[in-house]
Amino acid sequence: MLSVSNLSFERYFERVFEPVSFELGAGSLLLVTGANGCGKTTLLRVLAGLLEHSEGEINCDSRPLYAGHNPAIKDDLSVEENIRFLMNFMGQRDDSGGSDSNSGLCQNVIEIIGLAPVAQQEGRTLSAGQRKRCSLSRLLFCDEALWLLDEPYSNLDHEGIVMLDDILKDHLKGGGSCVMTTHGSLRPEGFELQECFMTSGRYSSEWQAA
Amino acid sequence: MSRPALSTAFMALLRRDFLLAYRRRAELLQPLVFLLVVVTLFPLGVGPSPQLLANIAPGVIWIAALLASVLSLDSLFRSDYEDGTLEQMVLSGQPLALIALARIVAHWLVAGLPIVILSPVLALWMNLPEEGVPVLLKSLVIGTPVLSLIGAIGAALTVSLKRGGQLLSLLVFPLYVPLLILATSAVSSAVAGLPYNGQLGLILAGLIGALTLAPFATATALKLSLS
Repeated sequence: MLSVSNLSFERYFERVFEPVSFELGAGSLLLVTGANGCGKTTLLRVLAGLLEHSEGEINCDSRPLYAGHNPAIKDDLSVEENIRFLMNFMGQRDDSGGSDSNSGLCQNVIEIIGLAPVAQQEGRTLSAGQRKRCSLSRLLFCDEALWLLDEPYSNLDHEGIVMLDDILKDHLKGGGSCVMTTHGSLRPEGFELQECFMTSGRYSSEWQAA
Repeated sequence: MSRPALSTAFMALLRRDFLLAYRRRAELLQPLVFLLVVVTLFPLGVGPSPQLLANIAPGVIWIAALLASVLSLDSLFRSDYEDGTLEQMVLSGQPLALIALARIVAHWLVAGLPIVILSPVLALWMNLPEEGVPVLLKSLVIGTPVLSLIGAIGAALTVSLKRGGQLLSLLVFPLYVPLLILATSAVSSAVAGLPYNGQLGLILAGLIGALTLAPFATATALKLSLS
């Protein structure tokens, strides 16, 4: 699904992280951990293709879905309008009809991510956790096989974490795979996972099975 | 792969932009009020002599239109850049040039078209002779899209800068010079009873050139700004 060898990235002629290599097969989860500023987000942005890597190779057989720190939510649009726009723009499982046939799917997505009570509220009125939930809604209607999730647990409450774990389990069971970063305090529970630990500018190739 | 069809994505983006424009209508009015104020200041500054005003009218109206257009251009990609929407657009796999074109079309419809509609009032204000008004309208109809198209390249280049507005005007004003010369010369020629089709033809050529090239330049600039 995704294989990376000796990948490194330089910013202003300085290496942000040391060369990274790993293989990720279908149905597996890679957890990237490390202290703040060790290059986790940069690694994900390189994998997503937003940054051009300086050395090494990335082999990826499909376009990944990247959910980063920026939620891509418009303050002036309601939750529902935001999600409907992303659905029409980025992907939808049901390609058969126009935007009207999507409204059922859109309602479902809003139910699942637990934003039904605030569906008509403007983006600016959402709390940080609600924004996170809204931005994670992409996981439900885009069908990319590889997910790149940057700190997906940040700002989520306990229910939100359980919800995300469920969505992730379904995704992995369906043969998808995921690279997830976390700074350590919150981790996915009950998953078979590979872990790689990054330290400031250096990458440890020690692999642990949890 | 269920990536939405191009037309679906294009229309979704246009619809979103109109909805956003409607929600932020106060922001939309600002460049228009600015345009009115700038044009109003001229009779106060240079004196209200009707002949003098008629002579400088084409230039004043066009320069005010340039200023108003640059004023609204700065926000073309900024909010999408800041909230991460632009990232997602780049990653969506939809052609970035088309995304840029959708934004430009929406920008022209909400910022350029109102200038065109307002221009007869400005012409009256500046005592532009009647023969000049239709040509002024024509020059604005084909000229303001060029402003949006060229301006979008500048907006894309400066989107990652905290205060890109000033730099944006420095970047795009020199590129607007040929357009300004041609448009004002067309209107002045019409007033003097001379042929003006040549100038309008050149502006049209500029529009076609900008329409085919600017979306690609904007897309490249956006990618540069994101990395």
